[in-house]
Amino acid sequence: MTRTEFWQGNTACAEGALAVGCNFFGGYPITPSTEVAEHMAVKLPKKGGVFIQMEDEIASMASIIGASWTGARAMTATSGPGFSLMMENIGFAAMTETPCVVVNVQRGGPSTGQPTMSAQGDMMQARFGSHGDYAIIALCPATVQEMYELTVKAFNLADQYRVPVFLMADETVGHMREKILIPDTVERIGRKPFVDGTPPFRATDPDLIPGFPTFGTGRHVHVTGLTHDERGYPCATNPKLHMALVKRLVDKIENARDAMADYDVVNLDAEQVFVAYGGPVRTVMQVMHDRKDKNVGFLRLRTVWPFPEKALAKFRNAKRFLVPEMNFGQIAREIQRHVKVPVHCIPKLGGELHTPDELVAALEGNA
Amino acid sequence: MRNEIRFSGFGGQGIILSAVIIGRAAVMYDSKFAVQTQVYGPEARGGASMSAVIIDDDPILYPKVANPNIYVIMSQEGFEKYGAAAEDPAVMLIDSTLVHSRPKCRCIEVPATREAKQTLKKDIVANIVMLGALVAATHVVSGESLKKAILDSVPKGTEDLNLKAMQLGLQLGKQP
Repeated sequence: MTRTEFWQGNTACAEGALAVGCNFFGGYPITPSTEVAEHMAVKLPKKGGVFIQMEDEIASMASIIGASWTGARAMTATSGPGFSLMMENIGFAAMTETPCVVVNVQRGGPSTGQPTMSAQGDMMQARFGSHGDYAIIALCPATVQEMYELTVKAFNLADQYRVPVFLMADETVGHMREKILIPDTVERIGRKPFVDGTPPFRATDPDLIPGFPTFGTGRHVHVTGLTHDERGYPCATNPKLHMALVKRLVDKIENARDAMADYDVVNLDAEQVFVAYGGPVRTVMQVMHDRKDKNVGFLRLRTVWPFPEKALAKFRNAKRFLVPEMNFGQIAREIQRHVKVPVHCIPKLGGELHTPDELVAALEGNA
Repeated sequence: MRNEIRFSGFGGQGIILSAVIIGRAAVMYDSKFAVQTQVYGPEARGGASMSAVIIDDDPILYPKVANPNIYVIMSQEGFEKYGAAAEDPAVMLIDSTLVHSRPKCRCIEVPATREAKQTLKKDIVANIVMLGALVAATHVVSGESLKKAILDSVPKGTEDLNLKAMQLGLQLGKQP
């Protein structure tokens, strides 16, 4: 059974978080993500959860890391300027393998830019914004329904892989209201349990993910951003140990690249192939619907990081990939690394979605 | 059947809420598809505000309204920015208390702010008067669905006032 609602994307995100058991929200309101915090502030305490408005986004990120170590399913929501402030602690979360969900409803940047307008300019920052080598997961919703479903998925992936997961939305999807079907229950995947007597950062399984030693459950755990050994103790001058640790942090995500790839493909034999994620997906869908042209393919990404590169190879006849993004080609550049045919970047800055006419012009070679 | 409706006025009139109510009526009570979007600036009050809603029997792909077939305009600045280009066969409902320009397309004049002030003593419900007139003139949603969506959306204690505003609008928007 499902029920129908007419919700804003940001509301759907908050409701998805509540459905999958989020019980801690620490954040600092910022347009265009504020409705996520507002909704959580109203709903979370009634479900026995905790909502804290922190003094800034540095503290917000710190708060969800702390909450996560107590076993909470923790999230924050922000936009570009706040996302920049969170970067330091996002690296800490990656290094300490702390499950957490960060929602970024993207607006125009750089800096404070365009608070009320749409953009996708933080896609590379999501992947590489904190210093050092690490890997994260980023999901991109294109509908209000996906704001709900991918938030649920983000929590499950965060717990499963012990990693920060980003819901990289945009103002278009965050603020639009549309029909959404709410399921009675959602899938919940928890953390791998900790086996007593083993060092807390030892990963013995092939998935390279250690069990989670929740604070307050009867043992001491040392958690540090310094390079640490399997016991969690700082060990910052051992080259081999550092290499092994960082390689494991990256490999546990990279090895699961195919397992977590979430995308749709249309017209696999096409020579011209659109690739899109987030808001621009809607424009591509309109063009596909209007033209009904078997020679135009579409790869619709929900997982953007780790990038599902094998999806590109499915379009065996592809002569050109067309990539509409609300940035100057951040993911187009990633696609270029994986294909031999030309990648046509269709950037749009200014805060508005690509129009169908603009994509048709690009398809026909006029832009 | 597809309708694309654009609402414009100044911040504080409830321009965004108007589109939300119509979209909600379509989805929740008329079993249709709807997408509501908006354009707004950092101001809390004043400034031209615009919101739009698409109502369709089929799922809506591209969510933005480019060429509305229905306009609801509640301020002069809103008309100039978001309504002046309207052409036949579009129809425009204007709050004739606040908008002195007239479009090239068919125009329905609704003295919503004046009537809200004089008859209901509250000009804050002028947007609901406009919604009543919109539904009477265009039937984009049913009257019953509009009523339910208004009751879902307005603050507690203001239900009677808002329903009176809707009734007033239904009368004002009736086409001969």
